Amino acid sequence: MSHLLEVSGLTTVFDLPNGPATAVDGVSFAIREGETLGLVGESGSGKSVTALSLLRLVQPPGRIAAGRITFKGRDLMSLQETEMQRVRGADIALIFQEPMTALNPVFTVGQQIGEALRVHGRTTRAGARHEAIRLLTAVRIPDAPLRVDDYPHQLSGGMRQRVMIAIAIACKPALVIADEPTTALDVTIQAEILDLLREMKQSLHLSLLLVTHDLGVIAETADRVAVMYAGRIVEQGPVREIFRNPQHPYTRGLLASMPGGARGTRLRAIEGSVPLLGALPAGCAFHPRCPDRFAPCSTRVPGDYAATPEHSARCFLLDPLLEGRGALPPVPSS
Amino acid sequence: MSLLHVSHLVKQYTRGKGLFRRGTTVTAVDDVSFSIDESETFGLVGESGSGKTTTGRCILRLVEPTSGAVSFNGENVLALNARDLRARRRDMQIVFQDPYSSLNPRMKARHIVEEPLIIHRLGDARARRERVAELFARVGLDPAHLERYPHQFSGGQRQRIGLARALALNPRFLVLDEPVSALDVSVQAQVVNLLMDLQRDLKLTYLFVAHDLRLVEHICDRVAVMHLGKIVEMGRTAALFERPQHPYTRALLSAIPVADPDAPRARVVFDPASADRSNALREVEQGHWAAI
Repeated sequence: MSHLLEVSGLTTVFDLPNGPATAVDGVSFAIREGETLGLVGESGSGKSVTALSLLRLVQPPGRIAAGRITFKGRDLMSLQETEMQRVRGADIALIFQEPMTALNPVFTVGQQIGEALRVHGRTTRAGARHEAIRLLTAVRIPDAPLRVDDYPHQLSGGMRQRVMIAIAIACKPALVIADEPTTALDVTIQAEILDLLREMKQSLHLSLLLVTHDLGVIAETADRVAVMYAGRIVEQGPVREIFRNPQHPYTRGLLASMPGGARGTRLRAIEGSVPLLGALPAGCAFHPRCPDRFAPCSTRVPGDYAATPEHSARCFLLDPLLEGRGALPPVPSS
Repeated sequence: MSLLHVSHLVKQYTRGKGLFRRGTTVTAVDDVSFSIDESETFGLVGESGSGKTTTGRCILRLVEPTSGAVSFNGENVLALNARDLRARRRDMQIVFQDPYSSLNPRMKARHIVEEPLIIHRLGDARARRERVAELFARVGLDPAHLERYPHQFSGGQRQRIGLARALALNPRFLVLDEPVSALDVSVQAQVVNLLMDLQRDLKLTYLFVAHDLRLVEHICDRVAVMHLGKIVEMGRTAALFERPQHPYTRALLSAIPVADPDAPRARVVFDPASADRSNALREVEQGHWAAI
């Protein structure tokens, strides 16, 4: 499988009154054709800014300070704004968390799907309505020929997110970025939307970048996972390796802190709280909360160490040359 | 011995009512009955619009119910006049979901926690000072931060302030309305542990209102599942999660994303036609009720 998208050294900075704050710090990853990459992180981890940076949609005071974004072999950072506009929607589409604010309240859903098509010259005014109905049917909206004339407020949250997906797939993009697409939805609706995304990915041969804070959603949807903390990808690898054999203490902590085990027993919480952008600890940003920290963690930023050819983590525990580190539990054979 | 007993609780809202228009009536809580034992954690789960939050607020009369009865410690809460209700509220408190909007941003943390003591005229300034410091330590906050404002605390710390305030009057019963769902995943577990510690140490009784079924399964002794204003299933947590009887409960449980890529997934889709909304709860096994 070849790489559809390659990101290397992506760094996005916000120029705030009290100095620049690095929201995304040297992020590198790749997405293959037909693959779902789950980008998981908590608030302030930089996962949403990463998603916006890929489309060069970061607004001032934010700016992409460094990095390369290569899509189908083209360097997106070198494109003119007009060329970039042709990439957005047509090659890479974006689905937001809150479908109520992402849709325009004064246009019908049919008009909004039609606009996406016509901007990219995919259809005529007359053809747009027909195509909109076809797309609404594809995303399983019942009575699509009637619903096409509905305004967003006439639809439920789940139906609005289906409309967002219809707009996203309208121009047959190769990559869809979904930023917390189910966070605002109830759990049964979330399940339907995740099923729909999986189905669309299959039938349209899409690649998917799924941004979420929910490890359950990641486990159900992603082929590979990148875990972000304080602006950096701290671990990435195939979904099974991340869940079965996590290498970074943050990933391990997240998985261990989830409810489970005997009812009423204490959960294994991660100490402390997520650091604020602009006040990140030196060295590894996780070190003040890390149960395994040792000498170099507070002063040096760890490099990306390979655990297996497909699985890496930014943690000194994986540095074979460092002495005095805490003992790692044995790696289970899988 | 049950501490709280709710029977046939109904809350209706009227929409679009005008001088010459009758408006439409929406029944948010539709004939809900349950009781909670002393020191028990009772989970009320459901999706948005299920009526779970309204039920919690009706019990404290933050929302006035349309009809029904709520008895707390043998006393009819709905019959209390304003003065008696205020006195009774010392025993019944609530912690809200959003620690960002539920704390007054212009009050120092000390004052937020102290305020209930002032309202109920408890202790002199020195005694209150000591009590606030004690509460701060009890919920795991640094007493050195008493003079800070809410925005100077993280989300998890703010929820601890909300808890300290709720505990100020030594209540016996707490309504926890989605107490951790606005928090970061890595911080949720800390607050959940704190809630479990407080319950054990202070012998608290909890009504835990939540949509996170994984969490409800972990901390609740008994659970009621609400759907469109009605309880469709209720029972001991293990029985309800292992042997769900109502089609809606089955769909809800099957929709929980499992943090295991190899977990078997069998999605059950709820067909409203498969359940008769007029069915009353009946006991399907001891202590396990379903509206089927």
